[in-house]
Amino acid sequence: MAKTDTSLLVTTSPVQRRRPRGRGYKTFRVIMLVLVAVTFLAPILWMLLASFKTNVDIYNPGAAFVFSPTTKNYDTVFGQADYIQFIWNSFFVAAVATVLSLLLAVPAAYSMSRFVMKKSAVLVLLARVIPGVSLLVPWYFVFANMRIVGTYTPLVLSHMFVSLPLILYIMMSFFDSMPEDLEEQAQVDGLTPIGAFLRITLPLSVPGIATSSILSFIFSWNNFMFALVLSGASTKTLPVAIFDFVGYASIDWGGLMAAAVVVTIPIMVIALFTQKYIVSGLTAGATKG
Amino acid sequence: MTTITGSRKGRSSASLSGWANRHRKWVFAAPAMVFVALLIAFPLGWTLYLSLTDASGSIRAPHDFIGMANYLDVLTDVDRFWPAVGRTAIFTVGAMVIEMVLGMAIALLLWRPFRGQGLVRVIILLPLVATPVAVGMMWRLIFEPTIGFANQLLSWVGIPAQPWLAGEATALPTLIFVDIWQWTPMVVLILLAGLTSLSDEPDEAARVDGANAWQRFWHVTFPLVMPTFITAILLRGIDALKTFDILYATKGKGGGSFHEVETLNVYAYGLSFDYNKYGESSAVLVIFFLMIIGCIWLLTIRKKKAGDR
Repeated sequence: MAKTDTSLLVTTSPVQRRRPRGRGYKTFRVIMLVLVAVTFLAPILWMLLASFKTNVDIYNPGAAFVFSPTTKNYDTVFGQADYIQFIWNSFFVAAVATVLSLLLAVPAAYSMSRFVMKKSAVLVLLARVIPGVSLLVPWYFVFANMRIVGTYTPLVLSHMFVSLPLILYIMMSFFDSMPEDLEEQAQVDGLTPIGAFLRITLPLSVPGIATSSILSFIFSWNNFMFALVLSGASTKTLPVAIFDFVGYASIDWGGLMAAAVVVTIPIMVIALFTQKYIVSGLTAGATKG
Repeated sequence: MTTITGSRKGRSSASLSGWANRHRKWVFAAPAMVFVALLIAFPLGWTLYLSLTDASGSIRAPHDFIGMANYLDVLTDVDRFWPAVGRTAIFTVGAMVIEMVLGMAIALLLWRPFRGQGLVRVIILLPLVATPVAVGMMWRLIFEPTIGFANQLLSWVGIPAQPWLAGEATALPTLIFVDIWQWTPMVVLILLAGLTSLSDEPDEAARVDGANAWQRFWHVTFPLVMPTFITAILLRGIDALKTFDILYATKGKGGGSFHEVETLNVYAYGLSFDYNKYGESSAVLVIFFLMIIGCIWLLTIRKKKAGDR
């Protein structure tokens, strides 16, 4: 997290000043970096361009870059009355799954970090390893027998399965790096241990909670397999709804790309504004070895 | 200090909150653990049980215990199961190895500060947060044989058009490419975090001793980031093994008409939800799970060794 950034500044800049690299390496590095940036950015821009093209222009190589943009595809996407519903479904499921997972995972992460319950943690982190299908079959049995397949409940529960281990993992490494002194001081001052957790630790954990919430929301928003089986016609999430544009005989490429943009762009915008949190979350615990 | 205060409070008020404070270790952890157990342990147990039955058809249909028959069927199935194992191995190893090499190279490029570093980092973050299904659809258009940009690009440099995702032999390598595009940034971020946490001294010492850039990387930097490197291998390996979204988005049910991209995950999904053969599918999943645990076990041993050094 912030630790990483400081070390970057402190340790590397004097070296740079002392021994500037050769001009050859600098040019090489610039070329490589541009290549890397283009490779990762270009396909996304291509998708964005295609979403503003008519299907005729998509089929015409001459109109690859020069074409008259149209919002027709977005009209198609939003014209399908249900699409607003699908956006809401994605948002609702991701938000509820994230909030419920936070409620369960934050105290658990605190407890596992402070009382060194590494074995319990490993058990929970097993969740990262299991292929989703092996859970989906039994879930489907249970939910189908309860006749709730197609409602929000199984969707939220299955997405919590993605969120909870993620939040637990990030929060554990957050609590690991947080000193215990303040909590102890608060207890000396008369707070109960749980009171100290609620009034001292929790407010100080806001950056960690932000990190894990954002990542949990993103992963849940992007999740496909669970909703593919457990959602119904009206509770479909966006990644499943994309397939409406893939017909048996042909594909409405313009509509498909517009739908793909509608799913992807909100999450990318969130990521742009919260990149520090995302990076610290994705690399949480990774360097501890 | 903590325990003294805690227990005094607890004894003085033998109330619910006193009890909760004394046992907060479990009060805090229990809800999450019960939830995860219900959502994981129970399904895993059920998968194990189903794999020993002939469950199929309607999910409410009765099923009988048939012992190891599913496992025998699966392990002797040379048409679908073993090719799927092969594809899973090729996909996982292929994607992982290239992602690790590229990720290391890009992380080294980004390591030392430069102008515009922030911008490059943001761009690298984009594939990571992009919805995998949408990413699959995006590449599906780019790799479309007649209208796709990939073949257009090839025609500009005079290379004949390729079938890409549409070809029986090219589909899996193409999807490995898509996986590399989406997940190399993950490796970059993790290795970059590892690199920036390193002290500069060993590198300096090697420089004084006259080691060149490659020698310093190979003999100094790389061994030092080895534990982080193996963490990245573990994370990427596990996720690559379980890849489903982009395979399904680009090739649909059964991994294409010739099952050309049918990995174990896609195969198990199809058996369950397209063919409703829950018993057989469960056997596949149990075998798959054992394979994953085996791989992780091997890698963890390696990581411990690297950490000891």
